[in-house]
Amino acid sequence: MKFAIQVNEGPYQHQATDSAYQFAKAALDAGHEIMRVFFYHDGVNNGTNLTTPPQDDRNIVNRWSELGKEHNLDLVVCVAAAQRRGIVDEGEMQRNGKSAQNIADGFRISGLGQLIEAGIQSERLVVFGD
Amino acid sequence: MSETIKKFMYLNRRAPYGTIYAWESLEVVLIGAAFDQDVSLAFLDDGVYQLVKGQDTSGVDMKNFSPTYQALGDYDVTKLYVEKESLEERGLTLEDLMPLTYEDEDDDWAEKDSIRLVSRAEIADIMDEQDVLFSF
Repeated sequence: MKFAIQVNEGPYQHQATDSAYQFAKAALDAGHEIMRVFFYHDGVNNGTNLTTPPQDDRNIVNRWSELGKEHNLDLVVCVAAAQRRGIVDEGEMQRNGKSAQNIADGFRISGLGQLIEAGIQSERLVVFGD
Repeated sequence: MSETIKKFMYLNRRAPYGTIYAWESLEVVLIGAAFDQDVSLAFLDDGVYQLVKGQDTSGVDMKNFSPTYQALGDYDVTKLYVEKESLEERGLTLEDLMPLTYEDEDDDWAEKDSIRLVSRAEIADIMDEQDVLFSF
Protein backbone atom coordinates (compact mmCIF):
# COMPACT_ATOMS: atom_id res chain seq x y z
CA MET A 1 0.00 0.00 0.00
CA LYS A 2 1.19 3.49 -0.86
CA PHE A 3 0.52 5.77 2.10
CA ALA A 4 0.80 9.50 2.65
CA ILE A 5 0.74 10.92 6.17
CA GLN A 6 -0.40 14.32 7.39
CA VAL A 7 0.69 15.51 10.85
CA ASN A 8 -1.32 18.40 12.23
CA GLU A 9 0.02 18.80 15.76
CA GLY A 10 3.33 19.79 17.30
CA PRO A 11 5.66 17.51 19.28
CA TYR A 12 5.25 16.78 23.02
CA GLN A 13 2.09 18.92 23.40
CA HIS A 14 0.05 16.31 21.55
CA GLN A 15 0.35 12.61 20.82
CA ALA A 16 -0.56 13.00 17.13
CA THR A 17 3.04 13.08 15.94
CA ASP A 18 4.00 10.09 18.14
CA SER A 19 1.11 8.15 16.65
CA ALA A 20 2.08 9.23 13.14
CA TYR A 21 5.67 8.14 13.74
CA GLN A 22 4.64 4.75 15.15
CA PHE A 23 2.25 4.27 12.25
CA ALA A 24 4.92 5.17 9.70
CA LYS A 25 7.43 2.84 11.32
CA ALA A 26 4.96 -0.04 11.48
CA ALA A 27 3.84 0.51 7.89
CA LEU A 28 7.44 0.57 6.63
CA ASP A 29 8.31 -2.52 8.69
CA ALA A 30 5.36 -4.29 7.09
CA GLY A 31 6.71 -3.46 3.63
CA HIS A 32 4.40 -0.58 2.76
CA GLU A 33 5.50 2.63 1.11
CA ILE A 34 5.25 6.10 2.68
CA MET A 35 5.38 8.48 -0.27
CA ARG A 36 5.31 11.65 1.86
CA VAL A 37 4.86 12.94 5.39
CA PHE A 38 3.33 16.41 5.33
CA PHE A 39 3.54 18.60 8.42
CA TYR A 40 0.81 21.21 8.76
CA HIS A 41 -0.59 23.55 11.43
CA ASP A 42 1.58 23.24 14.59
CA GLY A 43 2.88 20.02 13.05
CA VAL A 44 5.57 22.16 11.40
CA ASN A 45 7.24 22.32 14.84
CA ASN A 46 8.29 18.71 14.28
CA GLY A 47 10.84 20.10 11.85
CA THR A 48 12.93 22.49 13.96
CA ASN A 49 16.47 21.50 14.87
CA LEU A 50 16.37 23.78 17.93
CA THR A 51 14.31 21.23 19.87
CA THR A 52 16.19 20.07 22.98
CA PRO A 53 14.11 17.68 25.05
CA PRO A 54 15.36 16.22 28.37
CA GLN A 55 17.81 13.35 27.81
CA ASP A 56 15.53 10.73 29.34
CA ASP A 57 12.73 11.50 26.86
CA ARG A 58 12.31 10.62 23.19
CA ASN A 59 13.70 13.16 20.70
CA ILE A 60 10.76 13.46 18.36
CA VAL A 61 12.51 15.66 15.80
CA ASN A 62 15.64 13.49 15.58
CA ARG A 63 13.46 10.41 15.42
CA TRP A 64 11.73 11.73 12.28
CA SER A 65 15.11 12.70 10.77
CA GLU A 66 16.51 9.23 11.43
CA LEU A 67 13.46 7.41 10.07
CA GLY A 68 13.58 9.71 7.06
CA LYS A 69 17.23 8.95 6.44
CA GLU A 70 16.77 5.22 6.88
CA HIS A 71 13.84 4.99 4.46
CA ASN A 72 14.52 8.01 2.26
CA LEU A 73 11.25 9.63 3.36
CA ASP A 74 9.97 12.89 1.92
CA LEU A 75 9.40 14.97 5.07
CA VAL A 76 7.66 18.17 3.98
CA VAL A 77 6.93 21.19 6.16
CA CYS A 78 4.23 23.55 4.87
CA VAL A 79 5.79 26.90 4.02
CA ALA A 80 2.80 29.07 4.98
CA ALA A 81 2.34 27.32 8.32
CA ALA A 82 6.12 27.37 8.89
CA GLN A 83 6.43 31.09 8.25
CA ARG A 84 3.80 31.82 10.90
CA ARG A 85 5.59 29.64 13.41
CA GLY A 86 9.23 30.45 12.75
CA ILE A 87 10.46 27.37 10.94
CA VAL A 88 13.01 28.57 8.39
CA ASP A 89 15.40 26.98 5.90
CA GLU A 90 18.31 28.68 4.15
CA GLY A 91 16.15 30.00 1.32
CA GLU A 92 13.40 31.30 3.59
CA MET A 93 16.02 32.89 5.83
CA GLN A 94 17.40 34.90 2.94
CA ARG A 95 14.01 35.66 1.39
CA ASN A 96 12.59 37.01 4.64
CA GLY A 97 15.75 38.65 5.98
CA LYS A 98 16.00 36.39 9.03
CA SER A 99 19.18 35.88 11.04
CA ALA A 100 19.12 32.07 11.21
CA GLN A 101 17.67 28.92 9.78
CA ASN A 102 16.41 26.01 11.85
CA ILE A 103 15.03 23.32 9.54
CA ALA A 104 15.94 19.88 10.89
CA ASP A 105 17.93 17.31 8.91
CA GLY A 106 15.93 15.48 6.27
CA PHE A 107 13.02 17.96 6.27
CA ARG A 108 12.24 20.34 3.43
CA ILE A 109 9.93 23.34 3.24
CA SER A 110 7.40 23.40 0.42
CA GLY A 111 3.87 24.42 -0.47
CA LEU A 112 0.40 23.07 0.21
CA GLY A 113 0.32 21.69 -3.30
CA GLN A 114 2.52 18.90 -1.95
CA LEU A 115 -0.31 17.88 0.38
CA ILE A 116 -2.90 17.82 -2.40
CA GLU A 117 -0.49 15.91 -4.62
CA ALA A 118 0.02 13.40 -1.79
CA GLY A 119 -3.76 12.94 -1.64
CA ILE A 120 -3.87 12.31 -5.37
CA GLN A 121 -0.85 10.03 -5.67
CA SER A 122 -1.20 7.90 -2.53
CA GLU A 123 -3.69 5.12 -2.05
CA ARG A 124 -4.40 6.26 1.51
CA LEU A 125 -3.83 9.63 3.13
CA VAL A 126 -3.79 9.19 6.90
CA VAL A 127 -4.32 12.32 8.99
CA PHE A 128 -2.98 12.54 12.54
CA GLY A 129 -4.36 15.41 14.58
CA ASP A 130 -6.72 16.53 17.26
CA MET B 1 -2.49 19.28 -13.41
CA SER B 2 -3.26 15.60 -12.91
CA GLU B 3 -5.07 12.96 -14.90
CA THR B 4 -6.52 11.33 -11.83
CA ILE B 5 -9.72 12.88 -10.52
CA LYS B 6 -10.36 11.99 -6.92
CA LYS B 7 -13.14 12.98 -4.58
CA PHE B 8 -11.62 15.29 -1.97
CA MET B 9 -13.61 16.32 1.08
CA TYR B 10 -12.53 18.85 3.67
CA LEU B 11 -14.13 18.31 7.08
CA ASN B 12 -14.46 21.47 9.11
CA ARG B 13 -15.35 20.76 12.71
CA ARG B 14 -14.09 23.74 14.66
CA ALA B 15 -15.19 27.29 15.37
CA PRO B 16 -13.47 29.90 13.19
CA TYR B 17 -11.32 31.88 15.63
CA GLY B 18 -10.54 29.82 18.76
CA THR B 19 -7.83 27.96 16.84
CA ILE B 20 -6.21 28.38 13.43
CA TYR B 21 -7.59 25.13 11.99
CA ALA B 22 -10.47 26.77 10.11
CA TRP B 23 -8.32 29.41 8.44
CA GLU B 24 -5.52 27.03 7.52
CA SER B 25 -8.10 24.55 6.21
CA LEU B 26 -9.42 27.24 3.90
CA GLU B 27 -5.88 27.87 2.69
CA VAL B 28 -5.61 24.20 1.68
CA VAL B 29 -8.95 24.42 -0.13
CA LEU B 30 -7.83 27.47 -2.11
CA ILE B 31 -4.52 25.88 -3.13
CA GLY B 32 -6.20 22.54 -3.79
CA ALA B 33 -8.70 24.13 -6.16
CA ALA B 34 -5.91 24.46 -8.74
CA PHE B 35 -5.61 20.68 -8.96
CA ASP B 36 -8.98 20.14 -10.67
CA GLN B 37 -10.23 17.45 -8.32
CA ASP B 38 -13.82 16.79 -7.28
CA VAL B 39 -13.89 18.94 -4.15
CA SER B 40 -16.48 19.33 -1.43
CA LEU B 41 -16.49 20.83 2.04
CA ALA B 42 -18.43 19.65 5.08
CA PHE B 43 -19.26 21.79 8.09
CA LEU B 44 -19.97 19.80 11.22
CA ASP B 45 -20.08 20.42 14.96
CA ASP B 46 -18.72 23.91 15.80
CA GLY B 47 -17.51 24.09 12.18
CA VAL B 48 -20.95 25.45 11.23
CA TYR B 49 -19.98 28.70 12.98
CA GLN B 50 -17.42 29.27 10.21
CA LEU B 51 -20.28 30.16 7.84
CA VAL B 52 -22.28 32.42 10.16
CA LYS B 53 -22.95 35.80 8.57
CA GLY B 54 -22.03 39.14 10.07
CA GLN B 55 -18.79 38.00 11.67
CA ASP B 56 -16.99 40.84 13.43
CA THR B 57 -13.51 40.10 14.76
CA SER B 58 -12.56 43.67 15.70
CA GLY B 59 -12.86 42.86 19.41
CA VAL B 60 -10.35 40.02 19.26
CA ASP B 61 -7.94 41.70 16.81
CA MET B 62 -7.90 38.77 14.41
CA LYS B 63 -8.34 38.77 10.67
CA ASN B 64 -11.97 38.22 9.65
CA PHE B 65 -11.49 35.64 6.93
CA SER B 66 -15.17 34.86 6.43
CA PRO B 67 -15.42 36.85 3.14
CA THR B 68 -13.05 34.26 1.66
CA TYR B 69 -15.84 31.66 1.73
CA GLN B 70 -17.72 33.84 -0.75
CA ALA B 71 -14.85 33.46 -3.23
CA LEU B 72 -15.05 29.66 -3.23
CA GLY B 73 -17.60 29.64 -6.07
CA ASP B 74 -15.07 31.41 -8.31
CA TYR B 75 -12.61 28.61 -7.51
CA ASP B 76 -15.18 26.00 -8.64
CA VAL B 77 -15.66 24.86 -5.05
CA THR B 78 -19.43 24.64 -5.13
CA LYS B 79 -20.43 21.83 -2.78
CA LEU B 80 -20.59 22.99 0.83
CA TYR B 81 -22.45 20.46 2.95
CA VAL B 82 -23.78 21.79 6.25
CA GLU B 83 -25.01 19.27 8.78
CA LYS B 84 -28.56 19.96 9.87
CA GLU B 85 -28.19 18.52 13.36
CA SER B 86 -25.08 20.59 14.07
CA LEU B 87 -26.97 23.76 13.18
CA GLU B 88 -29.98 22.78 15.28
CA GLU B 89 -27.88 21.83 18.31
CA ARG B 90 -26.48 25.37 18.25
CA GLY B 91 -29.79 27.12 17.74
CA LEU B 92 -28.86 28.11 14.19
CA THR B 93 -30.77 27.92 10.91
CA LEU B 94 -29.74 28.44 7.28
CA GLU B 95 -30.89 32.04 7.70
CA ASP B 96 -27.97 32.64 10.05
CA LEU B 97 -25.41 31.60 7.43
CA MET B 98 -23.80 33.69 4.71
CA PRO B 99 -25.52 33.29 1.35
CA LEU B 100 -22.91 31.45 -0.72
CA THR B 101 -23.52 30.96 -4.41
CA TYR B 102 -21.83 29.91 -7.63
CA GLU B 103 -22.58 30.31 -11.32
CA ASP B 104 -23.36 26.97 -12.96
CA GLU B 105 -21.59 26.86 -16.31
CA ASP B 106 -23.65 23.80 -17.31
CA ASP B 107 -26.89 25.70 -16.76
CA ASP B 108 -26.35 28.99 -18.61
CA TRP B 109 -24.40 30.42 -15.66
CA ALA B 110 -27.45 30.37 -13.43
CA GLU B 111 -26.69 31.47 -9.88
CA LYS B 112 -27.11 28.56 -7.47
CA ASP B 113 -26.67 27.98 -3.76
CA SER B 114 -23.41 26.36 -2.74
CA ILE B 115 -24.69 25.43 0.71
CA ARG B 116 -26.47 22.09 0.86
CA LEU B 117 -28.24 21.22 4.09
CA VAL B 118 -27.82 17.52 4.84
CA SER B 119 -28.63 15.24 7.75
CA ARG B 120 -26.04 13.48 9.88
CA ALA B 121 -26.93 10.19 8.18
CA GLU B 122 -26.57 11.74 4.72
CA ILE B 123 -23.19 13.28 5.49
CA ALA B 124 -21.97 9.88 6.67
CA ASP B 125 -22.91 8.42 3.28
CA ILE B 126 -21.24 11.30 1.44
CA MET B 127 -18.06 10.84 3.49
CA ASP B 128 -18.12 7.17 2.61
CA GLU B 129 -17.98 8.04 -1.11
CA GLN B 130 -14.78 10.09 -0.79
CA ASP B 131 -11.28 9.10 -1.84
CA VAL B 132 -9.52 11.61 0.39
CA LEU B 133 -10.85 13.13 3.62
CA PHE B 134 -8.97 16.03 5.15
CA SER B 135 -10.00 16.59 8.74
CA PHE B 136 -9.51 20.03 10.26
